[in-house]
Amino acid sequence: MTRPKIKYSRILAYVLLIALAYVMIYPLLWMVGAAFKTNDEIFGTISLLPKNPVFGAFKAGWVGTGQYGFSDYLKNTFYMVVPTVFFTVLSSVLVGYGFARFDFPLKRALFAIMLSTMMLPATVIIIPRYIFFKNLGWLDTYLPFIVPAALGCFPFFNFMMVQFFRGLPLEIDESGKLDGCNSFVILKDLLLPLCTSAIFSVIVFQFVWTWNDFMNVLIYISSVAKYPIALGLRMTMDISTEFDWNQIMAMSLIAILPPVIVFFAAQKYFVEGIATTGMKV
Amino acid sequence: MKIKKNYSYSGYLYILPWILGFLLLQLVPLVNSFWYSFTNFQLLGKAQFLGLDNYKKIFLSDAVFRQSLKVTFYYVLIAVPLKIAFALVIAIILNQNIKGINLFRTLYYIPSILGGSVAISVLWKYLFMNQGVVNNIIGRFGIGAIDWLGDPRLALGTVSLVTIWQFGSSMLLFLAGLKQIPVSLYEAAKIDGAGRMRTFWSITLPELSPIVLFNLIMQMINAFQDFTSAFIITQGGPLKSTYLYGLMLYDQGFKFFKMGYSSALSWILFAIILFFSSLTFGSSQSWVHYGDAK
Repeated sequence: MTRPKIKYSRILAYVLLIALAYVMIYPLLWMVGAAFKTNDEIFGTISLLPKNPVFGAFKAGWVGTGQYGFSDYLKNTFYMVVPTVFFTVLSSVLVGYGFARFDFPLKRALFAIMLSTMMLPATVIIIPRYIFFKNLGWLDTYLPFIVPAALGCFPFFNFMMVQFFRGLPLEIDESGKLDGCNSFVILKDLLLPLCTSAIFSVIVFQFVWTWNDFMNVLIYISSVAKYPIALGLRMTMDISTEFDWNQIMAMSLIAILPPVIVFFAAQKYFVEGIATTGMKV
Repeated sequence: MKIKKNYSYSGYLYILPWILGFLLLQLVPLVNSFWYSFTNFQLLGKAQFLGLDNYKKIFLSDAVFRQSLKVTFYYVLIAVPLKIAFALVIAIILNQNIKGINLFRTLYYIPSILGGSVAISVLWKYLFMNQGVVNNIIGRFGIGAIDWLGDPRLALGTVSLVTIWQFGSSMLLFLAGLKQIPVSLYEAAKIDGAGRMRTFWSITLPELSPIVLFNLIMQMINAFQDFTSAFIITQGGPLKSTYLYGLMLYDQGFKFFKMGYSSALSWILFAIILFFSSLTFGSSQSWVHYGDAK
């Protein structure tokens, strides 16, 4: 007697999940559609697909201000994001290894400090950091993004790597030691090859976060020549009239593509990484 | 045989980057910002010690501060619980051997990858503007256009939707947690004749409570500082009804360059965040259940 009831609730679950998926993705689908519509069509209809797809919005939007366009903004974003991601991986691997595999005086205290900085609001230190970077002459460069990454200032990633290293058997290190390897060789040759899923998680998160970062680029990057895409997009929105909707949607679409591509490319490892470290903010 | 870790000072060498980063880019700035908060520091010129003047002014005569604080509390109170509740419910539904779970999980997660970006805020602005898609859709059902972004009573809710839309990241955590719950617990509940709701309240929720706590704290810390969506979608308006604390900090510090005043504001926010985090932690003893053997 209970069977039909269970089936009924399962159907309800699927209907709910599909409806929700549609609502969740609808804004993005609309954005894709709008990028290929004429401006008149964007206003009038609610259909997602453009009647006669036009590509003019991409061409017109890409030009930007004329002097600097989206090819510059994209290039700049990569100049900012790629080194930041690279140094985040490097520092989080080193710090994670140090905390997970060595015992030294004050280790517990230092680890506790590192964990507590995960809860330190970024807004509290943003002004002194700005002054510090200004005094170093780093304003309007990407160093305020790259240097904190190299110095392990993203405790979340350090912690993730600590957790991951803790999950790897100590026997691996031991066998390396018996072969006469020093600790760095053990890390580089024996442990690192096993860290791919964790490293991919760091890459995805840090890529996406830095790519999407707005407040920091707003503060640190002032010349249009160095604008990353977040600032370029905002400027385009500010200077355009309402007749340029499709251009802005086309450029927004381009702005969200790289994070999406990175996510899908690394998805397999990434989900694994979350499962093993059990963390995501 | 138990293998011991290296007892070696080379551990310091590996964590050295973080030690430097912590000292130079976190601790020193923290001390500095505390010091600035008692001065009239502006970008140029010497800072002058003011004692408690900044704080006095903020609490006694800054109406914008009061408004911003109110808006921020509303925002945190709307966005965080809804986001977590959504994440929890969907994770539980997804966890019952749903076919295509990977597809659903991915679809729900995508907004979390994009959510904080300028592009999405721009999109939101267009979706909810007067002639926007949302009004077009509800128009089909005979509902008149709603001023989602222009009405001070609605704007904050519209902005909060961007945050709630990103429930996917919390959902992933809940899904991982659900997988950890021993099946034996559910079997025992079945034998005892517990119904669905009973099982949810007595097993699922208590077992997930540590993850609820973690999500609650981290989401709260982030929400108190949110910036991008309110800055792009509404610029804090109309009538400062979406003027989140982050916007005020930015305006004071980087638009008016009142860095001392802004530092004082940021320490007040820090105190608020600390207060609510400890409150949540403190209360957690009565509602968070930690597995005995974990």
